Amino acid sequence: MSTSAVPSPEREHYLNKDYGIRSWLLTTDHKRIALLYLMLITFFFFVGGFFALLIRLELLTPAGDLVLADTYNKLFTMHGQVMIFFFLIPAVPAVLGNFLVPMMIGAKDLAFPKINLASWYLLLIAGCLMLYVILTGGVDTGWTFYVPLSTAFLNTHVVTAAIAIFIAGFSSIFTGLNFIVTIHRMRAPGMTWGRLPLFIWSNYATSIIQVLGTPVLAISLALVGLERTLHIGIFNPQLGGDPLLFQHLFWFYSHPAVYIMILPGMGVVSDVIACFSRKRVFGYEFVALASIAIAVLGFLVWAHHMFVAGISLYAAMIFSFLSYLVAVPSAIKVFNWTATMYKGSISYDTPMLYALGFIGLFTMGGLTGLFLAALGVDVHVTDTYFIVAHFHYIMVGGMVMAYMCGLHFWWPKISGRMYPEGWGRLAALIIFVGFNLTFFPQFVMGYAGMPRRYWQYAPEFQVLNVLSTAGATILAVGYLLPMVYFLWSLRYGKIAGDNPWNAAGLEWMTTSPPPTFNFEETPVVTWDAYNYDYLDRDKKDVKEAPVG
Amino acid sequence: MLWGIRVWPERAALSSSREDALFIFLLVVSGLMVVLIFSLIFYFATRFRRSKGRMATQIEGSLALESFWSITPFAIFIVMFVWGAFVYFDEHTPPNGAMEIYVVAKQWMWKTQHIEGQREINELHIPVGRDVKLIMTSQDVIHSFFVPAFRVKQDVLPGRYTTMWFHAIRPGTYHLFCAEYCGTLHSGMVGSVIVMEPAQYEQWLAGGGAEGSLSATGQKLFQELGCATCHRFDTQGRGPNLVGVFGKPVLLDDGRTVIADENYVRESITTPAAKVVAGFKPIMPTFQGIVSEEQLVALVEYVKSLKQPQQSEPVSNRPPVPTTPAP
Amino acid sequence: MAEREVELVVEGHPPGLQHHFSDLEQQREASTMGMWVFLITEVMFFGGMFLAYLVYRSMYYQAWVVGSEAMDFWFGTANTAILICSSLTMALAVRASQLGHRRALVILLIVTMVFGIAFMTVKGVEYHGHWLKHEFPGPSFHFEGPYEQQVEMFFSLYWAMTGFHTLHVLIGIIIIGFVAYYGWRGEYTPAHHNTVENVGLYWHFVDTVWIYLYPLLYLISHSHPYK
Repeated sequence: MSTSAVPSPEREHYLNKDYGIRSWLLTTDHKRIALLYLMLITFFFFVGGFFALLIRLELLTPAGDLVLADTYNKLFTMHGQVMIFFFLIPAVPAVLGNFLVPMMIGAKDLAFPKINLASWYLLLIAGCLMLYVILTGGVDTGWTFYVPLSTAFLNTHVVTAAIAIFIAGFSSIFTGLNFIVTIHRMRAPGMTWGRLPLFIWSNYATSIIQVLGTPVLAISLALVGLERTLHIGIFNPQLGGDPLLFQHLFWFYSHPAVYIMILPGMGVVSDVIACFSRKRVFGYEFVALASIAIAVLGFLVWAHHMFVAGISLYAAMIFSFLSYLVAVPSAIKVFNWTATMYKGSISYDTPMLYALGFIGLFTMGGLTGLFLAALGVDVHVTDTYFIVAHFHYIMVGGMVMAYMCGLHFWWPKISGRMYPEGWGRLAALIIFVGFNLTFFPQFVMGYAGMPRRYWQYAPEFQVLNVLSTAGATILAVGYLLPMVYFLWSLRYGKIAGDNPWNAAGLEWMTTSPPPTFNFEETPVVTWDAYNYDYLDRDKKDVKEAPVG
Repeated sequence: MLWGIRVWPERAALSSSREDALFIFLLVVSGLMVVLIFSLIFYFATRFRRSKGRMATQIEGSLALESFWSITPFAIFIVMFVWGAFVYFDEHTPPNGAMEIYVVAKQWMWKTQHIEGQREINELHIPVGRDVKLIMTSQDVIHSFFVPAFRVKQDVLPGRYTTMWFHAIRPGTYHLFCAEYCGTLHSGMVGSVIVMEPAQYEQWLAGGGAEGSLSATGQKLFQELGCATCHRFDTQGRGPNLVGVFGKPVLLDDGRTVIADENYVRESITTPAAKVVAGFKPIMPTFQGIVSEEQLVALVEYVKSLKQPQQSEPVSNRPPVPTTPAP
Repeated sequence: MAEREVELVVEGHPPGLQHHFSDLEQQREASTMGMWVFLITEVMFFGGMFLAYLVYRSMYYQAWVVGSEAMDFWFGTANTAILICSSLTMALAVRASQLGHRRALVILLIVTMVFGIAFMTVKGVEYHGHWLKHEFPGPSFHFEGPYEQQVEMFFSLYWAMTGFHTLHVLIGIIIIGFVAYYGWRGEYTPAHHNTVENVGLYWHFVDTVWIYLYPLLYLISHSHPYK
């Protein structure tokens, strides 16, 4: 491993193979496409984050005194739409997945490289449409687009926003399609299903959801668009339509969507915990199958978003039961990750800090999901800040931390450089503290009765809101730091070498950055995933310290 | 309230402590889980810190452990599910004899209508110690009637009635919030539920309702809109006789039997063709757009008030088919 | 031929093999699987509309019967026959590509396109007829007959479902056009004709969706007499 500050005369790899904007915009190299996605979603992360800051600033005082009510409604709508469709859903699959899936299975590229590029262009076009919506007046339907509000009572860019998300959905579908075919058909010789890293299993499960669920979102949005423009009437009670039909169609996608967002993160965490514990993941098969179980069961619980919407008592009970069922595989994963650390050899590099943070915060968020699955409690807390806190614990405390975890872990492979470790750990800590300060008070204020999507609120909730906003500013600092030091590292970071972590996985067996076709020769796999006993075989002396 | 900070809603209804008990159980279980996981992680992270001379011990897994930590949580989840289902079932089963109040929601206010005739905007006066059932609809978009102190919430939909019930146990004034995003002033669609001692409540009731009771208003509308022309109180009408219909099963022309509840009555006025009573022709015109939601509420209440001695068979209101058209 | 040259021929890329695949078989299997996965997404897409149809049909059955009677039975039946024939010619085209019959392939693909265009023409005439009778949902909808409001719902679903279906037919026609062009240029051989097979899959799927739409929209009144 070379650790010199000056790189040796440059060998060819995927970054320096061709220069010029055309070589990037017309690339079919999955690694370059991953970086194109990285740029796009990072941009939208800051757009969505900016909206969040404005929201939190408005909520410093009970009165609506920073922005107009309509503006506030647009802020939370677009915060949700941007963060979900233009950041969370593509984040791990389209950035890390695109980069790593072919490498981890020993392939030269994804099955359909041109479709991969098309996926990026779809997201770009969708993003431009979204930007147009944002800059020319916004949309204020709430990210959930409930009817008849969105079809008959608003005059903002509803249809354009729906089209933007429709197109973004197809980007997601094609990524999922690509991954499924790639994982089925392009594994290197010897890379059996049972030897795949859990990152692959997670992305495979995610892809199934993307492929089966997203089209239903597409048709929901299409029907909303049709209803708005042509007055089709499918959701209009005055024409005999049923607004609840929209909710069923919408949530049939949007619940599995949350698993699209979290499963890839779980895959990252599995790989990282294994590496920094120097152990194979405890209960590998269970974790792998838990991913598939989450994907399947995730399709059966959508109406738990509708317990007070007017569904029948018996439907509510069935969905409550199924919602508890889907919690079981997630719990299994948390236990398995914890058990992986047992008798490991643990170090606290930045990726590991993020992974541990993920386990803690995802556990908290997931446990509050149990509260919501309990019908009696959900009636009280639904549509309050309790829900907002719940999903932010999972999406931000869970998923965004997992994304940061993965970015830091694979940054050396992607860029050939190390990020500065001290700053990495500092940022992780700042994010952890800022996050909890932002969102824990929201559980309290939600149970106390503060509804969500409120521009103005009762004064008794102010102190908790102030705490939350304070946390948000700390969180913002935490997210800005990596932006700065990742960019810094491209020029000044330590040269990483092929495998700075001595990690398991085919991606670490090639150079950093990798050559365009990933491997000099197609690898032939004869070992299981997470072969850390082999990788650490040089560490002689005592096998394990006596326990006790 | 703690130093002016609301950390827990007041317990003002029977449902409040029921729900709180379940919530506290969940809190305790979750708290224990968090403590368990966090301590295990801290312990493992320090105890098994990387050190020279010790390698990690590769452990494949353990079927016993996997079974344990799948089945045990699931068992606990079943308890949570059953308990939650009981609370929910209770919340969705209004007791017989509950006093009924109508609510019409619109952007961005709550209009409540007492049967005695009292109308309120953004306020709901109710007596303590009685079961109260709300029958609610929206004039425009979906809203949600939320009273944190009662721990109850129910979406209010356009085009149909949804119901909720509660039993207040403490006099006082409690927040009423709209809890389903409904446009510009969603956050302004707030008000109060004012729980009064029974005597005070009677006094308050007596002080208003200048237009008379809700069913009287409904009766007036019934005449003015021409309903009485077809829905005569004998068997000669072109439409079914509505006396005693409410709450009973009705046989429809396609063979189905439905219960004549508030939604049925409302639908019969706005979309009469949807359900046609057996033995009658689908000739009733629609009154959609002609009657407001508040007028519909009055008409529903009027139909409810048309009583008849108990009948044991489904009312089919099948008259002999008129040989000459009614005048 | 010298040994070295033979080696080069053997090791050289077969025509049509993309560089990231290890061999033609992997490429073929991957692209077929890709098309199947895509078709599954299409099933989910149409599924949402079928769900809405089923929900409202169960709520407003009488109106559905009336609405179905207002459809033009002969146009619908003609379109069904047209699409089934087009699936036949498509299947024969795939067969031709398997056997390397270039002329037959191109002709059959063009005939399939003609059938597709015929379908769209019939649909266009049908839409025009409905439009003239004000059977398009919205403020100007008007229907002579009972259950007018629910019949409007029926027509909403009719226009939405057949509209999306026709859009898929159009896309199919365009894609078949491209395939016919490449076929005429001789790009497909018995060893490498996967594109034709995949396009065939897509076309059969589009046909299958219609086979569901036809009885659901045109044949309701023919199974239950309207009272």
